[in-house]
This record gives sequence, C-alpha cells and structure tokens, in this order.
Amino acid sequence: MSKIIGHLPASKFLEELRRYQKGSVSRRHFLGVTGLGLATAVMSSAVPGLRPRKAYAALSGTVNFTTWPSYFAQENLDNFTKDTGVKINVAVFGSNEEMLAKLQAGSTGWDVFVPTNYTISTYHELGLIDPLDLARLPNYDAAQVDDRFKGEGIIGGSTYAVPKDWGTTGFVYNSKSAAEKPTTWKEFWDLAQKEWTGRVMVHDYQLTTIGNALKYFGYSFNSNDEKELADAEKLMLAAKPHLFGINSDYKPSLAAGDAWASVCWTGDAVQLQRDQPEFVYVLAKEGGEIWTDYYAIPKGGQNVDAAYALIDYLLQPPNNVKEGIAHGYPICDKRAISMMPKELLDNPVLYPAAEALAPLEFGAAATLVNPLRAEIMARFKAA
Amino acid sequence: MTAALLAPAGVFFLFLLIIPLAVVLVFSFGERAPAGGYAAAFTFDNYLNLPARSKAFINTLTLAPLGTLLTAIIAFPVAYFLAVKVSPRWRVTMLVLIMAPFWTSQLLRYYAWIMLLGAKGIPSWLALIGITDVRLINTPWAVLIGAVYGFLPLMVPPIYVSLEKLDKRLLEASADLGATPVSTFFQITLPLALPGVATGSMLVFILLMGDYILPQYLGGGKVFFIGNALVDLFLQSRNWPFGAAVSVALVLIMLVTIYAYMRFVLSRGDRRRAALV
Repeated sequence: MSKIIGHLPASKFLEELRRYQKGSVSRRHFLGVTGLGLATAVMSSAVPGLRPRKAYAALSGTVNFTTWPSYFAQENLDNFTKDTGVKINVAVFGSNEEMLAKLQAGSTGWDVFVPTNYTISTYHELGLIDPLDLARLPNYDAAQVDDRFKGEGIIGGSTYAVPKDWGTTGFVYNSKSAAEKPTTWKEFWDLAQKEWTGRVMVHDYQLTTIGNALKYFGYSFNSNDEKELADAEKLMLAAKPHLFGINSDYKPSLAAGDAWASVCWTGDAVQLQRDQPEFVYVLAKEGGEIWTDYYAIPKGGQNVDAAYALIDYLLQPPNNVKEGIAHGYPICDKRAISMMPKELLDNPVLYPAAEALAPLEFGAAATLVNPLRAEIMARFKAA
Repeated sequence: MTAALLAPAGVFFLFLLIIPLAVVLVFSFGERAPAGGYAAAFTFDNYLNLPARSKAFINTLTLAPLGTLLTAIIAFPVAYFLAVKVSPRWRVTMLVLIMAPFWTSQLLRYYAWIMLLGAKGIPSWLALIGITDVRLINTPWAVLIGAVYGFLPLMVPPIYVSLEKLDKRLLEASADLGATPVSTFFQITLPLALPGVATGSMLVFILLMGDYILPQYLGGGKVFFIGNALVDLFLQSRNWPFGAAVSVALVLIMLVTIYAYMRFVLSRGDRRRAALV
C-alpha cells in the first residue's frame, strides 16, 4: 500500500515537491494541493504559543527593572522574557532616597521602577517622570483599585504611576527568643534599650526609623516639626549603642537568630513566618505607616515599549496573583485579590482588620526632601 | 618624543582623575539644592560642618591603621616562610593558593564571615564550651577580622618580593659575626624587608580608608567609616556639596598620612641599607 502524505500518495507528493523546488508552481499552489497550508493554519491556532501577539510583536532588547529586594515573582519575569524575547535586568534598592539620588544624577537607564507613594509628587516636581499612557496598559483597571491606594499616583488628573501593592510598617519579633510581648512603639524602643539590648534592628531608612521614633512620643509619623524631630533624635541616639544593627536588609539576621526584633514591612514578616512561624508581626497601637508601591516609568528610559509591556504583563490578574504569593504583600487590584488563595486572604498580617489600620498614616512627600530629617539620620548613623 | 609617549596616560589621568577631582572640589563649595543635589554657590559652610562627621573620621583613622598593622603582622611570617623556607619549586604554587580567595567575590567572603560570626557560627561553638553571649558580628572586631582576612592576599606579595631579593649571604655573615637568629632578624631581615612592608601597608591602608562595604556588612550600620558617610551623603541625604567636602578632606588626610608613613618607614630602611653596604 503506498504511503499517504496529507491526502496525496507519497509519489504524488514528491512530484509536487520537485515542481515547487524547480519553480514550476507557486508556493501557494504547493501548499494548497498537498493540504499542508490548511494543516499549518489549524495547528497554529491550536498551539497557544504560536498565536500571534499584537503588542509584543515589536519588542526587543532589554528592559531595566529597578525594584526592592524579594519583591517580584521570578516566574513572571522568566515568562515575560519567554513570551516577548526581552531580557530583564533587575536592580534592587533599600530606600526611596537612594532611588531619587540615582535619578537626580541622571542617565540611570531605568525603564521601570517601583517608587513608594510619598515620593511621586517629588518625582513629578523634579520632572523625572512622565504621565503614563493608560491606553498602553489595558490590564490596569483604575476602578478595581481602592482610592486611597491609587490617589497619590494621580497628579492633576494624569496618572503618573499605577499601584502595585500596599503594605504596612510595624515591627516583628521572635516569640521563641523573647519573653516579652510588646504591642506599642513605646515598648519596642524601651525593650531595645533594656531587656532586648543588642538584639533589635531598625531600618537604614529615614522615613521608618525617624517616623517610628516619633510615634514613641505619640507625634505624627510624618512630623517635620523641629522640636518633635529633636525628641525623636534623642531617643534614637539613646537607643543606638543598644541596637544590633541599622540595616534595611534585616531578614537574614532575624532568620539566623542574631536579632530578635526589627522594624518590619508586611511582606517580609509573611516571608519570615513561612519558614519560622514563631515570628510575630505587630501593628503598634500608636500607629505607624501604611504605604502603597507603584510602577512608574522614568523619563529617558531606553526601552519604553518594553517598559509598558512589562507593567501591563505584571498587572494581568493571574500574574498579579503570582506576584502576591511570591512576595507576600497585599496587592491592590480587586480582581486579583479575589483570585488569591484563601490562607493568604485570611492572614491578619496581610489583610489586617480595619481597626488596626486606622491609626496608620501614609508617608508624606515633605519627609523626602526635608534636609533636617536627612541630617538627623546621618547623625544617628554616625553616633 | 617623551611628550608623545606620555600622552595616552596623560589623557587618561586628565579625564578620569584630574577633572573629576576638580568637579568634586567645585561641588564642595556649593549648596544643597532644596530637593537634594547640588546648587551652584560659593560657601565654606560644608568645610565648617565637617566636625558633624568627626565620628566617621575617628573610626576610620583608628580602625584603618590598626587593620593595616594587624595585616602586616600576620602577613610577614607568611611571606617570610614563603621566601626563605619554602623550596623554589613550591613557592609560586603556594603564592597562588594564598591569592586564590581574592579571585572569589568579595561579597561572598563577607557573607561567609557574617554567618561565621553570627549567632549560629563561632558564638554557638563557644557556647558549647561554656562561654555564652559572645557578640562578634556588627562590632569593630568583626570589621577588623574582615579587614585582615580580606586584605591579607594584598599584603603578602610585596613583602614576599622584598624578602626574596634578600641576599642570604647577609644572614650567613650575620651569624658568622655572632648574632643570634633573633637579632639577625631584627637588624638585618626586617629593615631590608621594610620597602615591601611599606608598599603592602600603603595598598591596604588606602583601600581600608575608603572602604564602605566592609563596615556596612560586617559592621551592620554600627561601625561608621568615612566611606559610609560618603554613601549616605550622596545617596540617602543627597547632600552632594557636603559629601564633596568630606571627600576632599579624606583625600587630604590620606595624602598627609601616607607621605608621613613613607618618609618614616623608608628612611629607617635606607639608613640600615646604607649601613650594610
């Protein structure tokens, strides 16, 4: 029995192939008569990877993504590279001030970066970011994000940054190593100087360190009042000799047992608790910080198309869920929140009760540029 | 002709050394812009404000010489052993083995020390034999240990080179003239090795004075070097004029210290060498 290829017997197929190779017939004729054209068309629509991608068709090169440590799902970045062919270079920073310094110095080459809410108005004033073209971000649905989380990204009616996730700043302590169970900033700072001497860390970050020292006295987290800042500085200097370290990368020391407590961000506490459930995250009664992180595109980026594509990709609800599971911070998009696994939705660290959130304050833009705060932080570190 | 041969190096130094230093100098007389950065001005305020960072200067000027001295003390026996006692067949191999850690990432080595000096490392071993509550990480001792470990491969080769050039017949002559091995060492070997010690010390001292990664990782923010002050001023505080003033102060201090050190060490060595020939 002769072999059949397509719907032609083998000898006929070879005859047509020879004719095509010699140029006697067009490719269209060849594909049509052998049935291969139809077969290919059917196959390509059946295999998802072969489907044409409208927006990604023109992408190339690399995209420079500046973010915070442990703040993304590697799987998402790998998939983005696989789908678009664009390589992603990730850079991490420990504070917004450092990001601002780099952008002020210019020529960073960043395409996408992750600023915190209180910095966006300053970036706008200094002319470092452009309004986002929301038409190029079809996966961002402003209606699905709480007003308090997207508000600071909108200046004068234009959206300059789209919300990524939100979180809180409290403190975390190791309930196995420490006997006390503090619930306020007053207890935190007092324990740091007495029972927990040599075991407490604070961030190398003026906003949270000075802010939470202000909360000890019951002042506003964002206070720029000279007398209140002077009180905070006195407390910080008194605590300095007793501190284990001043570092925004506190997880390794906590995990190793060198430090028992630290000022802490939501997602870091969640990540610590995954391996060591004895860590307790506390939202202090006097208050603290609630913040939102955004995606933004700086001026002068070298691959703006890929930048929009990356942000759009990460904001797709299924990918956003993967992000939320990986970094452990509560995400802003309601569609993605509804798709999150139940144990994360029930986690009081991630989604605290409204009463716990009530005393928290969003960081204020004035703290970013206040030279007195910068000087206090430097004096604290030098002491 | 000489000018043409010197031109490439000259251009290199002009654009990568002289001009940046000039920019730093100009910045140091400026003012901090409202949102951070540099605003053109002419003021001495930044220099007058230097005492605000005196702790950083004191820390660096204590720990850098101390670290250099410890490195020299530990490196000298190693170099001596290599140059004098090891057979020529094995010398190069052993020198390469000493240099090998230098080829690994500096950050990896610091992380290794963070783990060794942390609660699960050396303090936990000491606790097993009864010495409890030892705090090593995030102290000046950790910084010293990191300095010696990190810069030892830099100190050994210069000392090795100057000891290798040592004429062994001088040691024989000294023994013939009745000197004990100890006084031979102090009167012959050490003075002749001083140029190597000077070179190695200068390398280590300069690097230590400017270092900020070492105190950052092994000091955990508790040990504040001039390098840390500079990083803070340029990044977090964004007070570039003040940062420039601190940089200029650092360069001046290093120039003075190194000049004095080289005069001291080399003059000692010279006198000895003159006496020997």
